Amino acid sequence: MVENRPWLTFLQHFVLLCGVALVVFPIWIAFVASTHDGRSLVSGVIPLLPGDLFFENYRTLLSEGMAGSGGGPVWLMLFNSLVMALSIAVGKIAISLLSAFAVVYFRFPFRMFCFWIIFATLMLPVEVRILPTFEVVANLGMLNSYAGLSIPLIASATATFLFRQFFLTVPDELTEAARMDGAGPFRFFKDILVPLSRTNIAAIFVIMFIYGWNQYLWPLLVTTDESFYTIVMGIQRMVTVADSYPRWHLAMATTVLALLPPVIVVVVMQRLFVKGLVETEK
Amino acid sequence: MHKKVTFGGFGFPLLLLLPQLAITLVFFIWPAAQALYQSVLRQDAFGLRTTFVGLNNFARLLSDSSYLGSFKVTMVFSASVTLAGLAIALLLAVMADRTIKGATGYKTLLIIPYAVAPAVAGVLWYFLFNPSIGILAYLVRGMGYAWNHQTSGTDAMILVIIASVWKQISYNFLFFLAGLQAIPKSLIEAAAIDGAGPWKRFTSIIFPLLSPTTFFLMVVNVVYSFFETFGVIHATTSGGPGQSTTILVYKVFTDGFVALNLGSSAAQSVILMLIVILLTAIQFRYIERRVQY
Amino acid sequence: MRETEMTFKSKTLAGAAVVALLGMTQAAQAQVEVNWWHAMGGELGDRVNEIAEGFNASQDDYQVNAVYRGNYTETMTAAIAAFRAREQPHIVQVFEVGTASMMAAEGAIYPVYQLMEEHGVDWDPSVYLAAVAGYYADPNGNMLSMPFNSSTPVLYYNKDAFEAAGLDPEQAPETWDDLVAASEAMIEAGATECGFTTGWQSWVQIENFSALHNVPLSTHANGFESLETEFQFNSDLHKRHIGNMEAWQEDRIFEYGGRRSDSRPKFLSGECGVYMDSSGSYAAVSAGADFEFGVGMLPYYDDVEGAPQNSIIGGATLWVLEGHDAEEYEGVAAFFQYLSSPEVQASWHQDTGYLPITYSAYELSQEQGFYDENPGTDVSIKQMTLNDPTDNSRGLRLGNFVQIRDVINEELEEVWSGNKSSDEALEAAVERGNALLRQFEEDNS
Repeated sequence: MVENRPWLTFLQHFVLLCGVALVVFPIWIAFVASTHDGRSLVSGVIPLLPGDLFFENYRTLLSEGMAGSGGGPVWLMLFNSLVMALSIAVGKIAISLLSAFAVVYFRFPFRMFCFWIIFATLMLPVEVRILPTFEVVANLGMLNSYAGLSIPLIASATATFLFRQFFLTVPDELTEAARMDGAGPFRFFKDILVPLSRTNIAAIFVIMFIYGWNQYLWPLLVTTDESFYTIVMGIQRMVTVADSYPRWHLAMATTVLALLPPVIVVVVMQRLFVKGLVETEK
Repeated sequence: MHKKVTFGGFGFPLLLLLPQLAITLVFFIWPAAQALYQSVLRQDAFGLRTTFVGLNNFARLLSDSSYLGSFKVTMVFSASVTLAGLAIALLLAVMADRTIKGATGYKTLLIIPYAVAPAVAGVLWYFLFNPSIGILAYLVRGMGYAWNHQTSGTDAMILVIIASVWKQISYNFLFFLAGLQAIPKSLIEAAAIDGAGPWKRFTSIIFPLLSPTTFFLMVVNVVYSFFETFGVIHATTSGGPGQSTTILVYKVFTDGFVALNLGSSAAQSVILMLIVILLTAIQFRYIERRVQY
Repeated sequence: MRETEMTFKSKTLAGAAVVALLGMTQAAQAQVEVNWWHAMGGELGDRVNEIAEGFNASQDDYQVNAVYRGNYTETMTAAIAAFRAREQPHIVQVFEVGTASMMAAEGAIYPVYQLMEEHGVDWDPSVYLAAVAGYYADPNGNMLSMPFNSSTPVLYYNKDAFEAAGLDPEQAPETWDDLVAASEAMIEAGATECGFTTGWQSWVQIENFSALHNVPLSTHANGFESLETEFQFNSDLHKRHIGNMEAWQEDRIFEYGGRRSDSRPKFLSGECGVYMDSSGSYAAVSAGADFEFGVGMLPYYDDVEGAPQNSIIGGATLWVLEGHDAEEYEGVAAFFQYLSSPEVQASWHQDTGYLPITYSAYELSQEQGFYDENPGTDVSIKQMTLNDPTDNSRGLRLGNFVQIRDVINEELEEVWSGNKSSDEALEAAVERGNALLRQFEEDNS
């Protein structure tokens, strides 16, 4: 602190409080809405304070699920989202570490060619190529499976790119020392590079976990079996209903449940995540 | 940018690359190539009849006023999201950078939106601004402005901008904060001794030193507003009213996925891809330069 | 020696297991599975599941799996994507604007009349309500898809607000003049803030408006006769109506509340006294309204000759997709027969507000006294069958109609937001719509 000016400190708190209010307000309203009954939400302005149906709404949701509008019980959808998010995060970290290692630490023919093939994936967003990708997955018989949900989404270069950036900053002295000790490339990778990348791995884990958890269109297409539905799909399904009114109270309760896991991941891994993210991406 | 010290071998690195190459080829290159090939075809939805039409799809697009309008919408949207997102995040970061009580608490709360799915963010803001039942729409009306994003293109644009900015604030905030903390405290103290007040210090020292971070975030935010806001728009305005919030990527989606006009949608993806390549090139050049330091 | 014994033993065990497994799969195979993809979320989804369960419990040969696939567009796209990948369901629910695309897809769809003739038992197409089935028939009158949830727009009004404004709560406004007068009275009395709002603006205020006033929406009998059809909703009558609505916004006689049924909360919250939307919204309106409400027919201009003619339907039908075994199609046929039975239809109609698809279901509902207990629920049927359908009121068969609806939505929204005059907007919508019709014609000839 350079100087101590009380008005400045006050201003800081004020601005930050406003910021926090702005950021948290929608989530608070979602929570409030999840504690009222459906009717009070469609006729009149949404209340600001929680109602008294917290236990009832969440019990309905967890026990009966959303029969009709989303199929399976909510806990199953949460579980599927978890499996999908974890597979994407772990799978992506694994293949990206390997390929970034190959691209940075080896000279071999077609290196740049491979590099560009992988990086081409940054060029076309998922929404744009979703139908042909669906055909490939269907032809491979991967519809209605965790593999079908997660593997196609691993085909993206973001993590490879971030690891490559980080590996380039690792001092060459370490490599030389390892070589002097007679360590082969795999030992170097396993004993030196991976441990050094811990923070970055954590950051990418968080990024990919959230990316996977938040998918909507893809799971909608590749699953027809209720036992593979994910939670974000469930929310959209509750909100967009034809000729019927959305059960906002249950939709919002599902939203709150769907928010919890990624928020917990971000908050718990906050320090590692921020450090890894900022260091790798800059 | 290359490593000076490398390992030898040919088979081993290819083995390392194999998983990612295989997945990329099967699940990206092949379907993407098909999507691109579609851009010169005309095909019915079920894929029963296909005709080769050359650049016809592109010609049709470029003479379609609604497509060109969508370019303009994208520019306005993207510029607003980027500027508003950066400004708010910078303000919050500057405030949080000074060591005050409760800073960790603020930071923790401020990164929460990062975890929220764009589709869910859209649903939340849609709910808040619903002209009939939304609490914010009600408050705005109370202030004498008849909010209705279903009829007013401006209101709709504001809604999607707010929802998109909200989602991105966390990310910008984290980078600005890191950037601020990397500025040597001695510099700021020296300026303070020279009699520069907080505002002067910000404009003459802090902001210029932050410019690399700012530039990086600008590129990231432009890319974000171009592509990742799809879920937000889908859940709030569906591109309306009129075409007032139909950004390019949303149009690709509605023409291809909803209307099943695959040829036109593919042609739009090609154009979009050229834009991404351009943006990526800018980002690449910039990052390569930074890493060499 | 011992080892061989072990191997032998385990082999026998494994063999036994294989036999058991085979037996199990055979038992499971005895029940032929039929997949039905639908777009009914919320309460309606529960009803759909009940129908499938009812069918499964009624016999042992087939099992229908009802799978919710998102909203109408998502369901249709999912089915088409699945078809391209040879993973299509047997039955898919497609909304009426997708009809032309489905009909054009020869080789992908299995026409229902053909399915029923080849796999059904005693099938009589004349039991289906002509006004409903006609919409989905080929030029020779053969039913191509199975009507499922059909509805027609009706007018809902807030009886409490009518009473507060000194109007007769038992008398729904009949003409546009009545509606304007009622709106003014309600606003004046402070009973409501706005007069009326509408859901599905293109369907209600353009498409059904044309049918009800017996004017063409497009040439060649609204597209039934030819792909060369061209839009005609830029007529003086259309311009007059949209122009009126534009002017009514000023005093809040009319207020726009969004696409689809997004305007419903305006009615349920008491903000607007009258609301036009699908008769299929009946359940949602009655669940959400904490006031007395009534149902009436859509208003018309009484100086237009031939009005009111009859309204047209919306909603969705069930299409059968090609590429499955004969045995499975027998299951589909059996299911369609179950679905058409008076009991199933009557309870679906009564629970949801959708139209019954057979005459017998309508009669059964009358016998059960349903319309006496729930006044207004038969308004939709009466409005549908007001007169014998003409070329202008049989229905619509227009390609690319999903996009065309969006064009109409966009142009009407330009009117509501004051960016375009009603004349400009309708001309623009017709021009853009025709371009899409030409594109469809090109793609399908």
